[in-house]
Amino acid sequence: MAAYESVRNAVAGLSAAKAGLASRLWPATAKMATGDEHPRTAPLSIHDMTVAYHRKPVLWDVDFDAPQGKLIGIIGPNGAGKSTLIKAAMDLVPKVSGRVLIYGKPYAKQRHLVGYVPQRESVDWDFPVSALDVVTMGRYGKIGWCRPVTRKHREAAMEALQRVGMADYAGRQISQLSGGQQQRVFFARALVQDASLYFMDEPFAGVDAATEKAIVALLQELRRAGKTVLVVHHDLQTVSEYFDHLIMLNMRIVAAGPTQDVFTRDNLHRTYGGRLTLLDEAAQAIAQTGGGP
Amino acid sequence: MTWTTADTWIVVAGALTAASCALLGNYLVLRRMSMMGDAISHAVLPGLAVAFVLTGSRANLPMFVGAAVVGVLTAMLTQSIHSLGQVEQSASMGVVFTLLFAVGLVLMELWARHVDLDPGCVLFGAIELVALDTTVRLAGLDVPWAVVTLAGMFAVNTAFVLLFYKELKISSFDPKLSTTLGINANLMHYLLMGLVAATSVACFPIVGSILVIAMLIVPPAAAHLLTDRLSTMIVLSVALAGASAVLGHLGAVTVPGWFGFRDTSIAGMMAVAAGAILTIAILFAPRHGIVSRALHRVRLTLQVAQEDALGLLYRVEEMPSPRPPVAVPALRQALALGPLTARATLAGLVRSGKVEWGGQGYRLTERGRDDARRMVRAHRLWESYLVQFMGLPPDHVHSAAMRLEHVTDPAMQRQLADRTEQPQRDPHGMSIPPAD
Amino acid sequence: MSCGADRAGLLLTAAVADHLSQALRVLTLRDYNTRVVVVGTILLGVAAGLIGTFMLLRKRALMGDTISHATLPGIGIAFIVMTALGGDGKSLPGLLLGAVLSSAAGIGCMLAIRHGTRLKDDVALGAVLSVFFGLGVAVLGIVQSMSRGNAAGLESFIYGKTASMLARDAAMIAVAAGLVALVCGLLFKEFALVCFDQEFAAAGGWPVLALDAVMVGLVVAVTVIGLQAVGLILVVALLIIPPAAARFWTDRLSRMLLAAAAIGAISGLAGAMLSALLPHLPAGAIIVIVAGAIFSVSLVIGPRRGVFVRLREHLRLRRTVARQHLLRAMYERVEAITAARVGTAAPTAGGDAAAVPRSALLKARSWSQGYLQRLLRRGQRWGLVEPAGPDSYRLTPAGAVEAARVSRNHRLWEMYLITHADVAPSHVDRDADQIEHVLGHEMVAQLEALMASEASRAAVPPSPHAIERDSNTAAPGSSARGSASG
Repeated sequence: MAAYESVRNAVAGLSAAKAGLASRLWPATAKMATGDEHPRTAPLSIHDMTVAYHRKPVLWDVDFDAPQGKLIGIIGPNGAGKSTLIKAAMDLVPKVSGRVLIYGKPYAKQRHLVGYVPQRESVDWDFPVSALDVVTMGRYGKIGWCRPVTRKHREAAMEALQRVGMADYAGRQISQLSGGQQQRVFFARALVQDASLYFMDEPFAGVDAATEKAIVALLQELRRAGKTVLVVHHDLQTVSEYFDHLIMLNMRIVAAGPTQDVFTRDNLHRTYGGRLTLLDEAAQAIAQTGGGP
Repeated sequence: MTWTTADTWIVVAGALTAASCALLGNYLVLRRMSMMGDAISHAVLPGLAVAFVLTGSRANLPMFVGAAVVGVLTAMLTQSIHSLGQVEQSASMGVVFTLLFAVGLVLMELWARHVDLDPGCVLFGAIELVALDTTVRLAGLDVPWAVVTLAGMFAVNTAFVLLFYKELKISSFDPKLSTTLGINANLMHYLLMGLVAATSVACFPIVGSILVIAMLIVPPAAAHLLTDRLSTMIVLSVALAGASAVLGHLGAVTVPGWFGFRDTSIAGMMAVAAGAILTIAILFAPRHGIVSRALHRVRLTLQVAQEDALGLLYRVEEMPSPRPPVAVPALRQALALGPLTARATLAGLVRSGKVEWGGQGYRLTERGRDDARRMVRAHRLWESYLVQFMGLPPDHVHSAAMRLEHVTDPAMQRQLADRTEQPQRDPHGMSIPPAD
Repeated sequence: MSCGADRAGLLLTAAVADHLSQALRVLTLRDYNTRVVVVGTILLGVAAGLIGTFMLLRKRALMGDTISHATLPGIGIAFIVMTALGGDGKSLPGLLLGAVLSSAAGIGCMLAIRHGTRLKDDVALGAVLSVFFGLGVAVLGIVQSMSRGNAAGLESFIYGKTASMLARDAAMIAVAAGLVALVCGLLFKEFALVCFDQEFAAAGGWPVLALDAVMVGLVVAVTVIGLQAVGLILVVALLIIPPAAARFWTDRLSRMLLAAAAIGAISGLAGAMLSALLPHLPAGAIIVIVAGAIFSVSLVIGPRRGVFVRLREHLRLRRTVARQHLLRAMYERVEAITAARVGTAAPTAGGDAAAVPRSALLKARSWSQGYLQRLLRRGQRWGLVEPAGPDSYRLTPAGAVEAARVSRNHRLWEMYLITHADVAPSHVDRDADQIEHVLGHEMVAQLEALMASEASRAAVPPSPHAIERDSNTAAPGSSARGSASG
């Protein structure tokens, strides 16, 4: 990472130095250093964020402000950095540069406002817990250190299971659930987090039609309750039906805005149509300059 | 110390052990099954006990076969507990080998009368006694029997690795593909495990199981850091294993002396020597070593700073008069460099004749200007590319271009120019310098 | 006992009586020594079972192996240092401190290899294990050649000396076990969260690294304390085997923890008793063998994912499939016959079910004569079919209802897969009793309408694929051949 950082530091120095030589040389860059034009109370405000995995940049200079109370889809081809975007927003992967604010404050201070539905493959489904146990995990943050789970929390979890239509399966070990049911359990876990901003990583991947419908209904319910939801999505056919807002991503934001404005043939082509081979090559070269894994 | 024949035989036995193990160990390391070496060398204990009781002797072919069977059994039990009971692979391995080891301990105690071998011997070996072993007259030399056995084992393993080189390679790299190509990956797996077990047994009485585990894993791990080619890795691992044996013996005799003690366990020191070699490889391996990578990063940082400095001087030359003089403080401020880096950067540029001191500030020489023009050209071409193809606003592309210009070779620069249709000016309206 | 076999009966009786009274003394814990050993091993089993469970679920089962081997150099060095300082080289707290420090160093090396190099986890574990153990052996080699200090007994750390456990050792094990139980109790949900879903834990702000460190710290504590009791190789067994066995008995983490602790305790108890009865056998090994026996039993008969249970499930699945195939074959024959005779589709449940000749059934699927015979006999036992004459069968009223339901479900699914070809077939639960539960009422109504319209248009029985096939081996996904005229 350091090789990359050293390059970046040189750059950061350039853009940060507003006085003197640098500003005479690059007057145009002085403006981008601050982010004050962004509304500070947006549920999610990403500014000038670059993320690299193993030194290979996967997201470049992302700027985005999520509007309050909208269902926001994130679409893009494989390897476009969709999951990375939400993981970086939650500090799960380190950022090379940039800043993320949740309702105007850093994520570390706003965790209680954020709910998360990870990809289904991210956990060991053989783990000895029941569906109810998994949902209860969403309350752990509110329960606090060393305190046991009480009936109140289990009841909240049960209620969430009911909302996703899984109350009958509360006691089932999670590996005995179908893919769609597992996803509903994850969804219920996010519900009990009682967050204002939700990140969901491919919640529709590998689920049956009924679950998809149920999840869409719940998403709309969340929107009615004024929540903001970012959903990584891969099915282009349902995009305009499900989402009010869209981020079209391919290593950088190709387009972002209300779905009816940005979900255009032109933008789709720019998002999916061919990789920017030169950029890929350069990213690869940056990755390699560090040597080793 | 005085070097005696006994020392020679100890080193030879140690080196043969180490090399035999390292040959096979390469594949354990590459298959991410290093702990299988640990498991098998513990688990053959009951096999040993049974073989001793049945054959009543130490170095016998049936004993190797018996141990190989137990070794394969370990691998199979691990696999079947994993698949039958959905127990995670490493846990299932842990269940199998600790259990077999316990069974072995009990069998040894039960048959203590029949077996002139105690668990201590299995763990630590008795390499010190190699030269006292019965000898065989070979080519005018009295060769200890243990050395003959080990040489045989080494020959077998070498033959295995040479004969099945490509089969082992493909089945380690991609077992499924290997099976579809008609090379049964499972068969190769169990063959390897059987051989690991047999090797463990051949080596136990002499060096003990610790050294077996160490030599199976450590020299191949070090070799893996030193090279990216399988064949080189194998040769290297054998060499490193041999070196560990020699260093280990020397260490066992000399190191305790530094602290006022007499000598110590040779097998233990051989493992330590292997560990030392691995540590050196971790730190100084040319491409993957920690120190080498750090040095590489420093070089890279300097190179990037030098290129930035050239670009800066070029841009200053482009400015209308009066141009600000560029000395160390200005450079530091503009490129955000530390005092040391800034001086090293400029010193490097002056040394390579790209920059010279012009009284008030630094200026480009002819050579430096060529380089600088290329940098600035790459930078501005990237800016154009990013604006055109990534749809970034012009005021956002500078930092990305700053990163990209350093990795842009002439070929990429030509492609960039083609893709952006040879622009004359960048998105900020600055003129893009010509290629040459 | 075999020695007395050919002696006089009197002698034999005396010998047996002697053995029996000895056994009785052991089993009733009359000996102080036996009591100490039993308490010590039970508590060790409990502690190892508890923390081992979390390590197993964190997929770090073999870490205990490396940790325990890495203690050896610390023990040797501690001995040398303490002797050099003029103290008692075998002072237990000193030796244990050495063990803790050197296993901590081992963990440090392991992390350095894992994160600083391209070597994988297994290499980090194996390399640290073997090199540290080698160093330990070398240090012990020095210790043995020392003129000062009496090193005898240090090897007990490698093999354990269960039988000669002192009250002091047992007390220390009790403290360690209490600590482990307390921490596992207090941090139960935190540990569970980190083990289950590390990413979610990190997103929720839980310090994953610190929790991992606490877990590993407890493993170090148990290992170091357990070294003396069962030796450094076998303490690993207590960390792995009871938790692995416990997993077969329950699907709940809390119960798994209790089960692992119980299995550890039973192994300790039984092992200590056995070795008191057979004093020449190494007690540590006996404990592990008992644990291994419990594991084997659990593997076979454990009610969760045990081999038996899974075998039964497999058989049940085969039976269900066979039953459904029989019902559908009968239904489709009946349907064809009724349609031909009356000109209406779909026989009504419980009505006059037509007899189906066995030869027709035989053609319906790729069944052998014998298999069909057995299947029909089972069908009769289930009360689904009954003989309707020589070599022909008909559905019972109950069978007709069931056959109609099974066939309807099957056809709806087929239709669904055809009309929604973009849905991956693996994502539909075809075994669901009520298709509506999975697809929703709307979708089912839609499919039914579609099926009815297809039926009227093509004037064939409402099955999305032809049923007059001689061989019916088509997989569900590949049956999208559309309607063929019957």
